[in-house]
Amino acid sequence: MNFEFKVLGGDFVRAGNASSQVKKILKQLNVDASIIKRIVVALYEGEVNIVAHAYSGVIKVNIDTERILLMLDDSGPGIPDIGLAMQPGFSTASPIVREMGFGAGMGLPNIKDNSDEFSISSEVGKGTHLEILVNLKVT
Amino acid sequence: MTVADIVRELGLKVFSGSEGLNQEITGGYTSDLLSDVMGNAEAGMVWITLQTHINVMAIASLKELSAIILVKGFEPEVNTLQQSNNERIPILGTNLQAFEVTGKLYQLLNR
Repeated sequence: MNFEFKVLGGDFVRAGNASSQVKKILKQLNVDASIIKRIVVALYEGEVNIVAHAYSGVIKVNIDTERILLMLDDSGPGIPDIGLAMQPGFSTASPIVREMGFGAGMGLPNIKDNSDEFSISSEVGKGTHLEILVNLKVT
Repeated sequence: MTVADIVRELGLKVFSGSEGLNQEITGGYTSDLLSDVMGNAEAGMVWITLQTHINVMAIASLKELSAIILVKGFEPEVNTLQQSNNERIPILGTNLQAFEVTGKLYQLLNR
């Protein structure tokens, strides 16, 4: 099963809409509540990162009986130093975004903590690609 | 204890989302950092914050929080208020600062 959502950079009013729709879909599919919670946290953080940092992005959700795979692709400035970006507390968010309570440098660590497999790649001047995988079956 | 109970006990103002006043409260979380709440709050908690913009509702809904308490007389923005009504998650208000209302709520929930 595949779903796709578009995310617009800077559109904070609608930030979280894609996460909310994915949550509804997963509930309808009777996915375990603890798994939905993890996916919602990871996806919301990824969605907000696109809104806060990129020009636009696409979230693709692929669901099968074994796992849920989230792929987030954005067109944006990219991340020069991924190791640094992954450090809790590191952020390049603007002062306005920080005043809203975002940009605490907790987003990417939150995503990693809630994924079974997580990968991130980025090209400066082009954009960033995240893959978040959550297994449906407890191993 | 329900949201309506803490409204009465703490003398809170109900800005919106009154359809959710019967919701049970499991605890509380005090923070103004959205990712902190996203990562650490649990369903059924009351969220105490000074953030008034619509993104607090996205978080409250995704995390299935029972209510939001705005501190220091802050009021929700119009679209935040509308979303609170849509989601049936009450936004409450107090003139107390976060430390004080958190302490009072903590006492109430652990009475």
